[in-house]
Amino acid sequence: MSKNVDKTIPVLEMQGVDKHFGGVHAIDNFSVQIKHGQIHGLIGPNGAGKTTIFNNITGIYVPEMGKILFNGQDITGTPPHRVAQLGIGRTFQNIRLFANLPVLENVIIAANKDATYGFMDALLKTPKYKEREKALEEKAMGLLKVVGLADKTKELAGSLPYGHQRKLEIARAMALDPDLLLLDEPAAGMNTEESLDLVNFVREIRDTFDITILMIEHHMDVVSSLCDYCTVLNFGKTIAVGTPAEVKADPEVIKAYLGGTV
Amino acid sequence: MLSVFNSINNAFCNTLGISSYMQGVVVLMCINIIAVLGMSVLTGFTRLFSFGNAGFMSIGAYAAAILTVRYNVNFLVAIILGALAAGFVAFCLGSITLRLKGDYFLITCLGFGECVRVLFNWTKNLTGGSAGFPGIPAYSNMLFSVVCTILAFFIAWRFIHSKYGRNLTSIRENEVAAQAVGINAFRTKRLSFVFSAIYAGWAGAIYAGYLMYIVPSAFNLGKSCELITTTVIGGLGSLTGSVLGAILVTVLPEVFRSMANYRMLLYGIAVVLVIMFKPTGLYGYKEFSLKRTIAWFKNLGKGKDKPAAAEGKEDK
Repeated sequence: MSKNVDKTIPVLEMQGVDKHFGGVHAIDNFSVQIKHGQIHGLIGPNGAGKTTIFNNITGIYVPEMGKILFNGQDITGTPPHRVAQLGIGRTFQNIRLFANLPVLENVIIAANKDATYGFMDALLKTPKYKEREKALEEKAMGLLKVVGLADKTKELAGSLPYGHQRKLEIARAMALDPDLLLLDEPAAGMNTEESLDLVNFVREIRDTFDITILMIEHHMDVVSSLCDYCTVLNFGKTIAVGTPAEVKADPEVIKAYLGGTV
Repeated sequence: MLSVFNSINNAFCNTLGISSYMQGVVVLMCINIIAVLGMSVLTGFTRLFSFGNAGFMSIGAYAAAILTVRYNVNFLVAIILGALAAGFVAFCLGSITLRLKGDYFLITCLGFGECVRVLFNWTKNLTGGSAGFPGIPAYSNMLFSVVCTILAFFIAWRFIHSKYGRNLTSIRENEVAAQAVGINAFRTKRLSFVFSAIYAGWAGAIYAGYLMYIVPSAFNLGKSCELITTTVIGGLGSLTGSVLGAILVTVLPEVFRSMANYRMLLYGIAVVLVIMFKPTGLYGYKEFSLKRTIAWFKNLGKGKDKPAAAEGKEDK
């Protein structure tokens, strides 16, 4: 799935990224380096600036300072649709599906860059159109199989249960053939058993598609069993970087989470 | 060519016994259907509201009229150029205004529609001003309008059921998510806007060839409102619903001639009723299907209103 890129350079590199909202320093001098195939966790209390980092990567916000490199290419300030086309897929904390459309169409829409036919092709249903549309549908079906929604293609996305909606969002992001997948709290609202499922699922996605994942997560057990590295944020500042075991033992992290000295 | 064309239509109508009054109703219906189809793509599928589509209609109408009368251009070419002129203006206007969020786009469209009307009133040498533009050849007979309508529906249907339509609906459903999967929201919206303007211009050009005499005040804000209300009544996100809406809105005032003065009042009431009792319109988010209609009637007989209940679930 992955494109021909040099796997030795980091998939994502952020250098000293800064973002203010009025007087609030949402992210302060944030840096990170994620190598190919890694699962990197982004953790921290509410309001620590995690989603703001996602929004800076995907071009919804433009950082005031610093640089964002994707596969070595500077993508700072690139508009959201271009970032997606370059190969960064994402999910949203508050699920954003195309709720009134069928499950299959949600995924097909995301594969729109593969729909390389023109207006006249669509008008006359040329062989080219039929062939591309068929390929799109097959691709979408393939992805839905991977996430286990192949039997729900005709249902409206908004009518799916919560867990399935999260999986559909991931399938939709994967339709971009991304090199980097950004997951915003994939385990939110899940119980222990469900989040364990999710851990296996995310790992499977990473292995099947050979991609790199940056995820925001609150569940420490999910982070511990899934992430190779993580970055801990508090009030926009990076307070710890390392393996899950390392950051869990970090006094700064314990202070931020428990609100006291140890 | 025009006389041959009209005699074919007359022969056709005579054999079927269609009176000239009926022909007129059908032509008006076709004009409305084409304009509303454009509106449907813009409002029903992209969730953009334009109160300026009467302005695009008038651009199509005046362009076709001026080309045929002043420059002796073939009427088919004139209609195409009229529609394209409307599309070009929409492209320019959209390039400026579609970066604005929500309500601002609506307001600029409203202002645009009024500007075009005032401009055509003002440019007396070119358009005849408020006295109107007379002497347009009668090219819009019934047969021609029906053929245009079928073609317009066919194009809109294929457009909506391809990647273009999918991209439009993704903007309607969730613009942020659409961008996150690589859809250029601005260009997609502009495409939708241009498409609707071309349809409005097309309808306007047929209108000019039917009335043979056009005045700027025929394309006022009321006309734009009528197009939007028809789309809402017919059903957002449904091409067949829009056709149905346009047919109703043209035919009902003819049937209830005596109440024709209260047309706008009745539209208003109809929209309020639709919003209260069936917010998605007559055929919201689904296309007409014979099978489903038969099933619905069967269930009606049994006293079980199942499909209607299923529809109710989708209404948010």
